[in-house]
Amino acid sequence: MSSDTLAQHAAVPETPDKAGTPRIVPQRRFGQWTAAAAVLLLLALAANSVLRNDAFQWGVVADYFTSTAVLRGLWLTLWLTAVVMVLGFALGTLLAAFRLSANPVLRAVSWGYVWLFRSIPILVQLLLWFNIGALYPQIFGVKTVDLLGPVTVAIIGLTLHEAAYAAEVVRGGILSVDRGQIEAAQALGLSRRRRWWRIVLPQAMRSIVPPAGNMLIGTLKGTSIVSVIAVQDLLYSVQLVYHRTYQVIPLLMVATVWYTVVTSLLGVGQYYVEKHYARGTERTR
Amino acid sequence: MSVMVDIRSVHKSFGPLQVLKGIDLAVRTGEVTVILGPSGSGKSTLLRTVNHLEKVDRGTISVDGELIGYRRSGDRLRELPEREVLRQRTRIGFVFQNFHLFPHLTVLENITEAPVSVLGRPRRAAAEAARRLLERVGLADKAGAYPGQLSGGQRQRVAIARALALEPRVLLFDEPTSALDPELVGEVLDVIRDLARQGTTMIVVTHEIGFAREVADTVVFMDDGRIVEQGPPGDVLDRPQHERTRAFLSKVL
Repeated sequence: MSSDTLAQHAAVPETPDKAGTPRIVPQRRFGQWTAAAAVLLLLALAANSVLRNDAFQWGVVADYFTSTAVLRGLWLTLWLTAVVMVLGFALGTLLAAFRLSANPVLRAVSWGYVWLFRSIPILVQLLLWFNIGALYPQIFGVKTVDLLGPVTVAIIGLTLHEAAYAAEVVRGGILSVDRGQIEAAQALGLSRRRRWWRIVLPQAMRSIVPPAGNMLIGTLKGTSIVSVIAVQDLLYSVQLVYHRTYQVIPLLMVATVWYTVVTSLLGVGQYYVEKHYARGTERTR
Repeated sequence: MSVMVDIRSVHKSFGPLQVLKGIDLAVRTGEVTVILGPSGSGKSTLLRTVNHLEKVDRGTISVDGELIGYRRSGDRLRELPEREVLRQRTRIGFVFQNFHLFPHLTVLENITEAPVSVLGRPRRAAAEAARRLLERVGLADKAGAYPGQLSGGQRQRVAIARALALEPRVLLFDEPTSALDPELVGEVLDVIRDLARQGTTMIVVTHEIGFAREVADTVVFMDDGRIVEQGPPGDVLDRPQHERTRAFLSKVL
């Protein structure tokens, strides 16, 4: 905001009014100039301290940035995020439909699910699933430990957690669609399925996409929690390296930069998805 | 003349509130029936029961000889499955006070949606028919626009075209001009007047007394969930028999 104001301030024309009415002089905003200068100075100092601190070992960061181990970890983080998002939102949409249904049993089940899985911290949940063998040593005659490896446990735990939040996001989106839209579709004889896919969901998406984008980014970073059950994601991969080489900071920087890069790309993607669903509305922000 | 919409002894309550207290009304084919009455008199609810957007508690409604929303089995009325109700609705056009166009679809897509997805018409044929309808309501150049880019009057004309696209046997209008700026009311009434001239069967809930006088074959005055009186506009509007009708007309004229 401040940069806009500064630019406008500078652009005010100095031409006198021909009709002789008094010229308007905008307020001088010395406070804003001072604040901007102070902030820029602090940022420059911070950047200087980071770049000139040899302990960051930027050379080591560069060496490991595209190493096979790191890329493999990145790949796992990416597909784990994708799988959890897809499954989580599929289950979440179902839960939202339950919650909005006329059937009180379905409504209660959906409410209970969201209550339970929002109450349990994801870390606790992962550890519980990881040790589920203590409760059920065998599932369908197979040893639980063999059936549920760390990656499977990660997918189950993260998905169940994600679905609880996705359910609320989707429900909010559906509630944001004007009731008259459904009536109009009913009056035209559109089938229940057609009403849902063609009329309600595309309009709900406008409200769903921003929080869903938030969740996608949260999930991407949140997957790093699976390092506690020894799943070799991006974080765990760099940890494996620095346990060997003791170059803790540069390897954490490798993970940090990769998380930032992917998050930024997702932000760009979200912009275009939002634009798509803003069709027909002049106001897009 | 045959009866297109036959409403018999219709009752409807919302919780403890009785909204319709026994309505009998016959709308003949090719005629325009205008329903007048104060807010809360039940006129919009009555209109919504005709295409089963509201279920009746008692009584029957038939359109073109077919019972709406139920089938008779012995002395019972059994509710029809939704699929059947949806099929019946394609024969009953409904125009809402607030248009309810689909904002994420273009004008053309709004109109072709039901013919294509419900009646299974080929997309190209539906689009051609939609363009003819747009021409009829004077919006031939707006096919590619989104509803948000149109004025209220234009939106309502698109909504009328959308209802006509299913070639319904009867058109229902629920206060079609009440959400419009005064200067835009005329263009919508013109379209409805035009439809009346072409012999479209219509039920119009409105507050436009002048329009009722000019276009209606029958004017119905409702109050407190009942029909107070009905008849040709000359009788009901100029020589009302009931005190309630006189009081209402004296306030709105």
